Amino acid sequence: MVAAMNWLAQVIAVTSFGIRTLPERRGAAAAAAFGIAGVVAVMVSVLSIAHGVNQTMDKSVSSRNAMVLRSGSDTEMTSGFSNDTAKIVAEAPGIARNEFGPLASPELFVVIDLIKSSSNSDANVPLRGIAQAAYEVRENFQIVEGRKFEWGRNEVIVGSAASREFSGLDVGKSILVGSEPWNIVGVFSTGGGVAEGEIWTDASVLQPAFRRGNFYQSVIVRLNSEDSFTEFKDSLTADPRVNVKVIRESEYYAGQTAILTAVITGLGSLIAVIMGLGAVFGALNTMYATVSARTREIATLRALGFKTSPVLISILMESLLLALIGGTLGGALAYFAFDGFEAATLNWSSFSQIAFSFRVSGSLLIQGIAFAALIGILGGLFPAIRAARLPVATALREL
Amino acid sequence: MKYFSVIWSSLKRKKTRSILTILSILVAFILYGYLSAIRLGFDAGVEVSGVDRLVMQHKVSLIQFLPESYEARIEQVQGVDSAVHGTWFGGIYQKPMNFFSQFPVKVEEYLDMYPEYVISDEHKKAWLETRNGAIAGRTIAERFGWKVGDRIPIQATIWTRKDGNPTWEFNLVGIYDGVDKSTDTTQFFFRYDYFQEARSFGSGNVGWYWIRVDNPDNAAEIAKEVDQLFANSPAETKTQPEAAFMQGFAKQIGDIGFIMTAILGAVFFTILLVAGNSMAQAVRERIQEIAVLKALGFTHTAVLAMVLAESLLLACLGGFAGLAIAWTMITTMGDPTNGSLPVFFLPVKDVVIGVLLAVLTGLAAGILPAIRAQKLQIADGLRR
Repeated sequence: MVAAMNWLAQVIAVTSFGIRTLPERRGAAAAAAFGIAGVVAVMVSVLSIAHGVNQTMDKSVSSRNAMVLRSGSDTEMTSGFSNDTAKIVAEAPGIARNEFGPLASPELFVVIDLIKSSSNSDANVPLRGIAQAAYEVRENFQIVEGRKFEWGRNEVIVGSAASREFSGLDVGKSILVGSEPWNIVGVFSTGGGVAEGEIWTDASVLQPAFRRGNFYQSVIVRLNSEDSFTEFKDSLTADPRVNVKVIRESEYYAGQTAILTAVITGLGSLIAVIMGLGAVFGALNTMYATVSARTREIATLRALGFKTSPVLISILMESLLLALIGGTLGGALAYFAFDGFEAATLNWSSFSQIAFSFRVSGSLLIQGIAFAALIGILGGLFPAIRAARLPVATALREL
Repeated sequence: MKYFSVIWSSLKRKKTRSILTILSILVAFILYGYLSAIRLGFDAGVEVSGVDRLVMQHKVSLIQFLPESYEARIEQVQGVDSAVHGTWFGGIYQKPMNFFSQFPVKVEEYLDMYPEYVISDEHKKAWLETRNGAIAGRTIAERFGWKVGDRIPIQATIWTRKDGNPTWEFNLVGIYDGVDKSTDTTQFFFRYDYFQEARSFGSGNVGWYWIRVDNPDNAAEIAKEVDQLFANSPAETKTQPEAAFMQGFAKQIGDIGFIMTAILGAVFFTILLVAGNSMAQAVRERIQEIAVLKALGFTHTAVLAMVLAESLLLACLGGFAGLAIAWTMITTMGDPTNGSLPVFFLPVKDVVIGVLLAVLTGLAAGILPAIRAQKLQIADGLRR
C-alpha cells in the first residue's frame, strides 16, 4: 500500500514537473496541439453533416405514423397507385379517426426546379400534394407566416427550410408550375424534419398539373397507437385488392438517407484517419523533442531514485494533455463554426433536395476528443519509452 | 548543388525528426491526392461532357416525361445532327445500397451519340440481336463480378411490368469500356424497345433527350430554338449544354469544391505547423554551426538558401512520395465510396498542382527559420 502511494506520488511529482516546464517548449507544444485541433475540427465538421441529416430524418418521424407505398418501391418518388387503392388503405383497421373520418392522407410527391440560394443553380425541390388529414397526421404542423392554402386553388405553402434555402419562396410571391403561376400564401413549420424543406399544395390540384390522373404516391396514416401497426400492416398485406408495402415512418426515413450518410461517414472517417496519422507524426516529433530537451532533467530524477514508470507515464501524460487541449480546441472550433449551419443537399434516394442543419452533438464532440486522446497516446508512447530507457550516466553527461 | 552534401547531412543530423516530418508531409499529400480524385468524381460529368451535346428536359422538372414523338421534331431543326432519348429506370440490384444508374436506350442511336463508350462489334451485334440484352460499364461489371452471358435481375421501383413480375431480367451481352479513364463506366444500358413493350404504364413517354449539334458555337441558339418549338405545348422543355446540366447536378449535392478546399486548407495549415516547427528546431539547434559556417566565409544569402533548401528538400521528399502513393492507391484500390462515384482517378492537372504545393509548403515552412539563420551575427552565434 505504501509502495503504491509512493509510486503515485512519484507519478504526480514527475508529471507536474514536466507540465510546469511546458511553457519553455511552447512553440513545439503549440504546433502539436494545433495540429491535433485541425484533425478534430475537420473530423467533427464532416461527421456533423451526416449527424444533421440523420437528426432531420428523426424529427420527421412519429412512432404512431405509418406509410403505404406501392410494393417494390422504396421511396415516395418511385411509388404510385390509384385512388381506389388509397381508399382501401384509408379504411384499413388500426387507423385513428376524427370527426371527418380516418386520419389517412393520400399524397403526391413530385419535384420542381427552383433556384438554390447558396449556389444560384437549379435544384429539385420537393413539391407535395396533400389531403385534409395531412395536417392531423403531422404532429407539430403550424403556420408561422401567412395562412394555409385554400383547397382546389393554385396556392401553395412552403416549409421554413425551403423558404430559406431556395430563392423566391416568400409569401406573396409565386412559383411557376409549367406556364401557370401558383401563389405562395404561407410558411409552415413542423418542428424540424424533412417536411420543412418541402412545398405543399392540394393533391387534387397537383394531379392534373403533373398529368398524374387520379393517382397517388403514398398514404400517410396516423395509427390508434404504436401497437396498431401490425394489425394495419397485416390487413393490407392480406388484402388481394391492393399491392402495397406498409412501413413505419421511422423505417422509411432511415432508408431514405442510408446511402447519403454512408457516403459522408465513409469519406469523413477516411479523411480523419489519414489526417490523424499525420498528426501522430507531428505529436511524435514534438514529444521526441521534449524528451531530448529534458534529457538531463529526466536523468537527474532517475539518479535521485525515481522509478522508470513514473517517467514514462509523465511523458505520456504530457502528450495526452496537449492532445486533449488540441481536441477540445478543434471540437469547439467545429461547434462554433458549424453547429446549426443550414444547408441542403441532393438526396439520391428521393431524387430531391433535403434541407438540414449541421449538428455537432455532445457524442460527436466526445468522439472527436477521444480520437485526439488516441493521437496523443500514440504520439507520446515511443518518446516515453525512449525517456524511460535513457541510461542515466550518459544522459547526465549530455549537454 | 555543391552544398547538397551539407544540406543532406543536416537532414541526417536528427534522423527521427526528419523522417517524422517527411512522413507527416507525405500523409498530407496522400490526402490531397484522394480529395482531388473525389472532387473530380463528383464533378465528373462536367469535365467529360461533350461540347456538341445538349440535354433537353421537361421545363418543370426532370421527373416529368416528354413524348417520344419529340425526337423527329428536334431532328428537323436546322443545325441539329441527331437526337436520342433516355429514361431513368431506377431499379434495384439485390439491395438498395448497390446503387447504379440504368437507362433504356435505342442501341445504335445511343452508341452513335456517345462514341466515348467503346464496345466491341461482337458485343454490339449481340445486343442488337437480344431483345432483353443489356450492356454494363467495366467498373460496374467488375464491382458485381458480372460476365458476359450473366442474367442480371433488377427489381423495378418505378417501372412495373405489364405481366406483374416485380423483376426485370436482363441478359448481359456486352461490357463497354471508356475511351479514356475520365469516361463514366458505372452505367447499365438496356434496349428501349424491350422496355416500351414490357412496361405497364407511360407508354410512348421518355425522360429526356440528348441532342447533338453540328457546330458547338451555335449550341446556345439551337437550345433556344428547340425550346421555342415546344413552347405552349403540354410538355414544355428546357434545353441546356450537357456540361451545364451536369454542373447543375453536382451543384445540387452542394459546393463540393468548397468543402474539399476547406478541408485541404485545414490539412495544410496543420502540416505547415509541423514542418515549420521542425525547421525552427533544426535551426535553433545549429546556431553555433551556422555561425561557424559564416565565420568560414559563407555569405548570409548562402546560409538563407541552405536552410530554405533543407526545408524544400523535406517538403518535396514527403510531397512527391505522398503524391506517388496517392496515385498508386487510387489506381489500384479504387473508390472509397464503393462505386458511388462515376469516375475515380487522379488527373495530371492535380498532380502538377500538388508538386507546386509541395514546393510552396517547403518555402513557407522554411522561410522564418531561414531568415533567422541569415540574420545571425557570427559573434552572437559563437557565444552560445
